[in-house]
Amino acid sequence: MSGILRPGAAVEMAHGGGGMATTRLIREIFARHFANPILDQGHDAARLNLPHGRIVMSTDAHVISPLEFPGGDIGSLAVHGTINDVAMGGAVPVALSAAFIIEEGLPLETLDRIAASMGAAARKAGVPIVTGDTKVVERGAADGLFITTTGIGIIPEGVEIAPERIAPGMAILLSGTLGDHGVAILSRRQGLAFGTTIESDSAALHRMVGDMLAAAPSIACLRDPTRGGLSATLNELAEAAGVSMVLKEAAIPVRPEVAGACELLGLDPIHIANEGKLICICPQDQAEAVLSVMRAHPEGRDAAQIGTVGAHAAPGTPGLLRMETLIGGMRVVDWLAGEQLPRIC
Amino acid sequence: MGGGRMKYVSEFRDPALAQSLATAIAREVDPARSYAFMEFCGGHTHAIFRYGVQDLVPSNVRFVHGPGCPVCVLPMRRLDDALELAERHGVILATYGDMMRVPGSGRRSMLTARGAGADIRMVYSPLDALALARDNPDRQVVFMGIGFETTTPATGMAILTARAQGLTNFSVFCNHVLTPPAMEHVLAAPGIALDGFLGPSHVSTVIGAAAYRPLVAHYGRPLVIAGFEPLDVLQSVLMLIRQVNEGRCEVENQYSRVVTDAGNTKAQGVIEKVFALRDTFEWRGLGSVPDSARAIRPELADFDAEARFAISEKQSREVKSCECPAILRGVKSPKDCKLFGKACTPETPMGACMVSSEGSCAAYYTYRRAETMAEMEAAQ
Repeated sequence: MSGILRPGAAVEMAHGGGGMATTRLIREIFARHFANPILDQGHDAARLNLPHGRIVMSTDAHVISPLEFPGGDIGSLAVHGTINDVAMGGAVPVALSAAFIIEEGLPLETLDRIAASMGAAARKAGVPIVTGDTKVVERGAADGLFITTTGIGIIPEGVEIAPERIAPGMAILLSGTLGDHGVAILSRRQGLAFGTTIESDSAALHRMVGDMLAAAPSIACLRDPTRGGLSATLNELAEAAGVSMVLKEAAIPVRPEVAGACELLGLDPIHIANEGKLICICPQDQAEAVLSVMRAHPEGRDAAQIGTVGAHAAPGTPGLLRMETLIGGMRVVDWLAGEQLPRIC
Repeated sequence: MGGGRMKYVSEFRDPALAQSLATAIAREVDPARSYAFMEFCGGHTHAIFRYGVQDLVPSNVRFVHGPGCPVCVLPMRRLDDALELAERHGVILATYGDMMRVPGSGRRSMLTARGAGADIRMVYSPLDALALARDNPDRQVVFMGIGFETTTPATGMAILTARAQGLTNFSVFCNHVLTPPAMEHVLAAPGIALDGFLGPSHVSTVIGAAAYRPLVAHYGRPLVIAGFEPLDVLQSVLMLIRQVNEGRCEVENQYSRVVTDAGNTKAQGVIEKVFALRDTFEWRGLGSVPDSARAIRPELADFDAEARFAISEKQSREVKSCECPAILRGVKSPKDCKLFGKACTPETPMGACMVSSEGSCAAYYTYRRAETMAEMEAAQ
């Protein structure tokens, strides 16, 4: 019997109908690539044996165009994104679920490639996809493929990650270069294709986080600067903690290629999305120890202290987040209104 | 150089050099007087704010922000016309990203129009708009031509290319404007106390340093063409201070690594070939300015959206209490506007100066909001 992956074959409405076509789609693509003992039990709901402790749970809907981009695809991104959200809670990720909304007409080969990449990302991270769901919608009702992943994880004893613990004098650390993901995606967008070697930084950060927390359990806060970039993430944290923050522009790592693309398009790397970076806020006297743990991981090779937490301030005070510029002036680092729009000249 | 990569910007942001320029400026300013310099160009406004340049100069050196922001000076009427092209005439409207959020009449914008079904595409170059026309032979594609002399040649090239390729579904809604007449308008206005100009960077690469000499001679204000990097700005400020202190009044070219005296004659040739001067053009803030804008030449009318589509007469009214007009003339600052930071923010802009990445309200909001809001409260 030949498989469903014939050359030129595409997803049809029947693949979402619940009949034989659905079963074959799940068996020949998803189950094949995601194979693990829990999923393989084939129940509607996955049964997990969890150790006692505090559980974190996080969910993330992934929509991205193009589906495949330099350095990753929507599948690996959906795995990394949710693992990172769980890890930023200080937890060890245990399992993922994945729900697929597929647009009629998506080539089965594309779906197969993305599922393979997703399975590989989950295996590499050691976090299995234990349950899932598939829906097919009519052409035009979705953009190729949407993936929602949910993750659960266990918080180890003694770890307490919360923005309220951010205190004046703490160090603000960044695990590596800013803007790689956003610029890699932009470089492949319709109408803006430009030649570049920049790849998305999409990566799972939970192992690095585990080592960081082992070295410095007093880490106050972890966050991944995804949508909205560094500026949105730190503004959010400053608001939540009721503190001011001062960054040093010269200390923020940005790849020359990313800086160049941003100059050209009139974008600022501090507003651009990252998918494999984290911000860590910890007591200043532990900053060096945490940095050296981060630098021992490939995902944290370029880790640096980029700023310091300032005094307490009432939430809502404008200009909580400030930056000493390259030439020694000061400026506010604000949230961005809407998306960054490239300038005229 | 021994394996070194060429860095094309970092040397113009060097903190030690910035400090030494700041020291020189502090040494040479006359504390007994003040200096008001207009940076004509919105790109300079943003460089000044983004790098905190004002923190490096003494408080008696003041930057006055000029009208050099193409999105900001476009009157609402022209934006309403563009929206009409997309909504009533059903064209694919191709535009630079800067235009997307600018409010038109009734708080509508290209973004809201797109949300309501109009086919508006963001492009990065007029050549992208040409590609849209080639890919959609059964649709009319209109490129929203906007900008000073910097972007005019590219629009002109797109029109010449369209003609050479025999494209019949491509046209330009031309809003290109000229720098020297706007500068003259600012200088001729009564009550403006300016001690000199930071001249535009990119515009000057096209029109050349010589283009400013008649103005500088006639109005007796020095002008230094300045690059966009923070060190360029600091050095140009120092050059202006020296001119003022020595009683000189010249066109000097700090940005000599790019700008020549004659400018880019090839680009000027394209402009001449494709565009004529409009007798007059409405600017937001400045009003009607004679000989200040380009129109597409009659012999290229096939590529002129204003000739191809019947655009209706309309009354477009600016938001009354918005101070954009006075801010664009340099007579008010964003903190003098009641709407700033309250009714008018980048999320809910009332005027174009809050939207454009070159607008001064956006610069104050993005980089100095805390200080500006505090000053506004203190003034009340």
